[in-house]
Amino acid sequence: MKTPMRMREKIVLRVVAQACIPFILLFALYVQFHGDFGPGGGFQAGVICAAGFILYGLIFGLDKLKKVASLRTIEILVAAGLLLYGAVGLVTMGMGGDFLDYKVLDHHDPMHGLHYGILFVELGVGITVTAAMLAIFYAFAGRERG
Amino acid sequence: MPFPIEALLFLFLLATAVVIARLRDLFAAAMLTGIFSLLSAGLFTLMDAVDVAFTEAAVGAGIATVLMLGTLALTAKHENQQPTRILPFVVVVLTGAALIYGTLDMPPYGSPGTGPEPAAGNAVIHHWVAPDYIKGAEEEFGLPNIVTAVLASYRGYDTFGETAVIFTAAVGVMLLLVRGRKREDEEQAPENSR
Repeated sequence: MKTPMRMREKIVLRVVAQACIPFILLFALYVQFHGDFGPGGGFQAGVICAAGFILYGLIFGLDKLKKVASLRTIEILVAAGLLLYGAVGLVTMGMGGDFLDYKVLDHHDPMHGLHYGILFVELGVGITVTAAMLAIFYAFAGRERG
Repeated sequence: MPFPIEALLFLFLLATAVVIARLRDLFAAAMLTGIFSLLSAGLFTLMDAVDVAFTEAAVGAGIATVLMLGTLALTAKHENQQPTRILPFVVVVLTGAALIYGTLDMPPYGSPGTGPEPAAGNAVIHHWVAPDYIKGAEEEFGLPNIVTAVLASYRGYDTFGETAVIFTAAVGVMLLLVRGRKREDEEQAPENSR
């Protein structure tokens, strides 16, 4: 993509992006882990997290972004998120419940088990969505014109 | 009365849509689709659908605009002048009219659906599993956000399937568009592959 090459020279964009990106990622984590008490959840958090990475890629170039999150990492993460989701279901089965029956996760308080289950499942969704969005961005931004 | 602000947002939405359809400058059109999504997100917020608004703002106004700009970098900046065709216009108008006709059967916006029977004007959705979900999210889960309780637990299987869909989409994109390029990169710079 031609645009990032020109953008990299703009000092204002670079400084503002550097200031924004940590807060975007922090906000993504907030949306991720606070999703059961406020608006949001794994999907929204994943998209916001990916947006932070994509902003980095737009301003500093795709090569630098690939140093942070290589294609290999993305490939692994896309599958890891889905596997985490499925693993929660298998663990609940192993602990004597149904598939994705989170109540069995905590022997003392079923409500805590529910919260653990939702937390891990949403984390799985978040990981997969972040990686999928970055994969799509790589696919578009990495292509040459012609 | 919350009506005027919603009417204003719909007016902006309509204006944006018309401008997008008429614009030949694709860069401006791509930016306007982002604004369109942001206005939709505002409308969803007014309807108390905060989670949907969140998604619309993040995906529609954020990622989709970036992807469209990325695509624009690969193609031309301006749309070619097309001769005005009457048939597509008729099809679009008929489809729109059919959709609006369909909404006439729907319960009025904000209908609470009081009473046990789904009578006229009472939304059926309020009589089925929704009351159990709304009560259960608070009593059984202790979660203030019902959407999360429904997504992750009541409809956990469905969300698992949706995650699988996202996974499949990412794998498809990587296989079709990224994989071949990666091999070229590895030939050029083998130390980057790990």
